[in-house]
Amino acid sequence: MSNSEEDFNFAYLDEQTKRMIRRALIKAICIPGYQVPFASREMPMPYGWGTGGVQVTAACLQETDVLKVIDQGSDDTTNAVSIRKFFERVAGVKTTENTGKASVIQTRHRIPEQVLSEDQILVYQVPIPEPLRFLEPRETETRVMHALEEYGLMHVKLYEDISINGEISTAYAYPVKVNDRYIMDPSPTPKFDNPKMNFCPAIQLFGAGREQRIYAVPPYTKVISLDFEDYPFEASRAEKTCEICGATNTYLDEVVIDDKGTRMFSCSDSDYCNSQKS
Amino acid sequence: MYVAVKGGERAIDNAHRWLEDERRGDRKVTDLSVDQIKTQLSLSIAKVMAEGSLFDPELASLAIKQARGDLIEAIFLIRAYRTTLPRFGVGQPINTDKMIAKRRISATFKDIPGGQLLGPTFDYTHRLLDFKLLADGSIDEFEPGKDTEQMFQHVTQFLNNEGIIETEETSSSEAESPDLTRQPLEIPANRALRLQALTRSDEGFLLGMAYSTQRGFGRNHPFVGELRIGLISVEFEIPEIGFNIEIAEIEISECETVNQFLGSKTHPPKFTRGYGFVFGQSERKAISMALVDRALRWKELGEVSDGAPAQDEEFVLYHGDNIQATGFVEHIKLPHYVDFQAELELIRKIRKTAFEAKKG
Repeated sequence: MSNSEEDFNFAYLDEQTKRMIRRALIKAICIPGYQVPFASREMPMPYGWGTGGVQVTAACLQETDVLKVIDQGSDDTTNAVSIRKFFERVAGVKTTENTGKASVIQTRHRIPEQVLSEDQILVYQVPIPEPLRFLEPRETETRVMHALEEYGLMHVKLYEDISINGEISTAYAYPVKVNDRYIMDPSPTPKFDNPKMNFCPAIQLFGAGREQRIYAVPPYTKVISLDFEDYPFEASRAEKTCEICGATNTYLDEVVIDDKGTRMFSCSDSDYCNSQKS
Repeated sequence: MYVAVKGGERAIDNAHRWLEDERRGDRKVTDLSVDQIKTQLSLSIAKVMAEGSLFDPELASLAIKQARGDLIEAIFLIRAYRTTLPRFGVGQPINTDKMIAKRRISATFKDIPGGQLLGPTFDYTHRLLDFKLLADGSIDEFEPGKDTEQMFQHVTQFLNNEGIIETEETSSSEAESPDLTRQPLEIPANRALRLQALTRSDEGFLLGMAYSTQRGFGRNHPFVGELRIGLISVEFEIPEIGFNIEIAEIEISECETVNQFLGSKTHPPKFTRGYGFVFGQSERKAISMALVDRALRWKELGEVSDGAPAQDEEFVLYHGDNIQATGFVEHIKLPHYVDFQAELELIRKIRKTAFEAKKG
């Protein structure tokens, strides 16, 4: 099954590789939040720039799919453009900026504002899949901690945050517990997006290419942000209104618009912003 | 602006056109040919082939040209190409005893059967800029003597005959020699897998690691038993015809170190080994690799680790790959403003609370 002017296999990866990735995906879906090792390939874009997400997307895509790619919530950020063009070239699939019309959405750093549906797959690009990594640098140790459900270190970290700063000082990549079992890194999305993961109708797949890990949250799965009873989790955002569409409930970008440092706030999700305007 | 304002696509296209223009450079100067790179920058080619894990001087030259001489970028091009190639089998183990060496030296013996052969080395050149090359590049041709057309027994074999150095164990199955590029790296790794990772690791990283062992961070007293560079044949068994055929002749560098011995009153002491093997003429890396290999072997040799970086398998194997490293280090130049915004909100809130507490 070759495609477009150059002789790539559909969606670039060979069928054996896609099968290997799909096996990892199925395992990941079966054990929500567990990091499945997979034989990540070298992709024609750098590690750390979405190679995991690209491999997962490539393994999921069919010719009838409609793909949306966002970075920082926007379809027009440089790396989103680059990845979208890649799949246009090597898979020839239709692409869209419209969240509702996409069957596969690859994202970096955001979850769309619009509620996703059962017909959709959300693919996250993940730099460091291990939520415990910055507490324990050794993979050999963190794998044992997950196996034994030994998460005391994480709770101590959150407690220390509160004792030093008065609150949990994690603003993005805020750790979650999936299906009451594994602590999982939601990828570096702002914690504002965390509640969207909980009982989400869409399949959520996470690909970390350089670290050779895949994990997943199946549809309608419990995803809880870690917190304490007296310091409950808060999905924070800039307390402003979008100056383009007037939305008051979306995650906002803060843009410096002149040399005096004047700020303007607008929706990070560019498709959502456009849909509110019209 | 490189960010979310419309126009990202056009900006990328223009950036690529600009890049191509700069790569070509001044049009008054002749375009650099791939053949020129292949024949005159052979040590760059060696690095690209070794760290790209693909022995193909022509493609390595093309990659170097396309990458404007940035070798890590060239290695990246080769890796991305390599990963698309089908794997049709596993070659026969290479026998470096059969190498036709152009360079072969031992630091452990004054003389060795077959003799010390310096070959084309920078060693003993005085590092003075040769201004003649600015003007006229004509160099007399050199005909190597007959010494270079023979095979040599390995120097460590002389020690092995005496039983005074450990015997290398050979692995015969694929399970014992897994393919790093087809399976996720899992720690602990066996020696075969470690050597695979080391031979494609970044030369500079290995050099630094090896140097640290010499300065005392995991010291292992190395002697260069033998360093050899030359051509060896690669054979592949075709099941249908039932015998091996030669599919390639490749240049490699091999370094065997003789290291501090181990033993006790009951087990007579023996020297231990470190091993380095690299595509092309790349002896700096072959020596570095042997030192790091030896440092990583502390556990299987029953030594006590100093906790030195070079003895730390997870540290060395996870951080030596320059394509992984450069991708991740450089990815922080991608837009991160959504996360930064989240941090901004958080720090403003914490500061506000702190100021209010101070006032109150």
